[in-house]
Amino acid sequence: MHVPDGFINAPVSAVAGVVAAGAVAVSLRGARRELDERTAPLAGLVAAFIFAVQMLNFPVAAGTSGHLLGGALAAILVGPYTGVLCVSVVLLMQGILFADGGLTALGVNISVMAVVTVVVAYAVFRGLVKVLPKKRPSVTASAFIAALLSVPAAAAVFTLVYAVGGTTDVPIGSVLTAMVGVHTLIGMGEAAITALTVGAVIAVRPDLVYGARGLTAPLKLRVNGELVDAPAARPEPVAVAARSSRKFLLAGLGVSLLLAGVVSFYASADPDGLEKVAADKGIDAKAEDHAAADSPLADYGVEGLTNSRLSGGLAGVIGVGVTIVAGTGVFWAVRKRRTGEDCSPTSVPENV
Amino acid sequence: MGAGHAHKLYRHAHSPVHALPPHTKLAAVFAFVVVVVSTPREAMWAFGLYAVLLGVVAAVARVPAGFLLRRLLIEIPFVAFAVLMPFVAQGERVEVLGMSLSVSGLWGAWNVLAKGTLGVAASVLLAATTELRELLLGLQRLKLPPLLVQIASFMIRYGDVIADEMRRMRIARESRGFEASGVRHWGVLAKSAGALFIRSYERGERVHLAMISRGYAGSMPVIDEVTASRAQWSYAFALPFAALVVCLLGWNL
Repeated sequence: MHVPDGFINAPVSAVAGVVAAGAVAVSLRGARRELDERTAPLAGLVAAFIFAVQMLNFPVAAGTSGHLLGGALAAILVGPYTGVLCVSVVLLMQGILFADGGLTALGVNISVMAVVTVVVAYAVFRGLVKVLPKKRPSVTASAFIAALLSVPAAAAVFTLVYAVGGTTDVPIGSVLTAMVGVHTLIGMGEAAITALTVGAVIAVRPDLVYGARGLTAPLKLRVNGELVDAPAARPEPVAVAARSSRKFLLAGLGVSLLLAGVVSFYASADPDGLEKVAADKGIDAKAEDHAAADSPLADYGVEGLTNSRLSGGLAGVIGVGVTIVAGTGVFWAVRKRRTGEDCSPTSVPENV
Repeated sequence: MGAGHAHKLYRHAHSPVHALPPHTKLAAVFAFVVVVVSTPREAMWAFGLYAVLLGVVAAVARVPAGFLLRRLLIEIPFVAFAVLMPFVAQGERVEVLGMSLSVSGLWGAWNVLAKGTLGVAASVLLAATTELRELLLGLQRLKLPPLLVQIASFMIRYGDVIADEMRRMRIARESRGFEASGVRHWGVLAKSAGALFIRSYERGERVHLAMISRGYAGSMPVIDEVTASRAQWSYAFALPFAALVVCLLGWNL
């Protein structure tokens, strides 16, 4: 379900937008590393696939039906970076073209539905595949659990965002219970469909499943009736293994970046929440009586109301703008630095 | 041209709004929505004025009211959510028609309904007056990463192809007597989804080879750079500026 405009207040939406922009920037780099110059057509086609598969109805019972959200599926089939990109592009196009999800809530939608779902699903999947025996059923089982966890995780993060920047003071505890409860049910369906779909793809084209790389059995040749290991003609598997560990590190970096974003968003959002309460109390004081006379807000409520409100309104609009500009500046700086860093390590495996 | 070149939401017409460069429209709609979201919810009249502003834009763009209203139906799930809010929110309560409703919940519901509806209406107007290709050019002009725009353009270009492929698979299933009626049939549907993924991915590989054979080297050539004159920018930004005035009034009154 897409968040509309006005659901989350403006500052938190702006911060979520910055987080989403950062995540998309990181994924653009990662996807280019995963797919080289094939990124545009392949990621585009996978995005089209996710868009289409969201329209595929899975009947549950008695006329009700559900559909796939696709975050976990994308993460397992094409990898975390491409997965984040594809789901983000789908959300962007849904927001602009189909008015599905607000334009100002795009950051929240991408952060929650693309980034959290894909990152959680891929981390869980990767962890399980490493632990479980290297067999095909364990990939399917890992896909099931990854998808099962990713949906309630997204719901929990959405509740967190709502707790910080929600426009209504609905009791957060009950929202969390309701959201996670409902989404665990949805997650069951998502998990079953994801696992079945991943299983179906593995049965036909195991090489296409990003999460199942490294599970292919070594090629055997029958020489004079005996099975012998085929000579390693391609050094590619080694390079893939080396890269995947680096990918894991990069994923960790991405998660920590995200956490840093979320933590800083706490730091910046708490005063906002206070201000919101303060504003509400100020309005209450004006409407009823001066109940809050002993609070520091009394001044705000009594004198120069028009002026402070004018400045408040201006500050709101300007603040949003400044946040966006500052965020973009940071994003560009980070991007430039990353370009400089990236040059040296990527050239190494090609030399090997 | 085939159906894939004009999306369903686009209404072909010749109006001043249609003629505006796409990136000015995108920026104007985004600025408008930001202004709407930062308006205090207590200023109910301000939202009425915003609706009037959008109505004027719709009239200038010759988008019929019925079309606009029908497209607004997309936000029905959130209307349902908004209706629940007064019942679950905390705080002081009022009696309305014998039901105990939360005041802050009522404000919250109003907030989501008003801002959400205005946002949807603005997006619908944008989609109704801008062609897909223009929209992508506009995004590119607004300095979205070129790779992201390319991915989006491939998604749009092949979205209908993939959806048609899915439709053909459904017809093939149904013509063999398959009817999905419950959880038992998920296996078959998931196999279809898996096959669809393989077909999409392989199509992507073929598209890439076709592009390479035509000289693709990582970036798309920009053939028609869209530009906007100062007059066009100011024309497009008439909407958000008017909204900003209303917003500031809303904070003051």
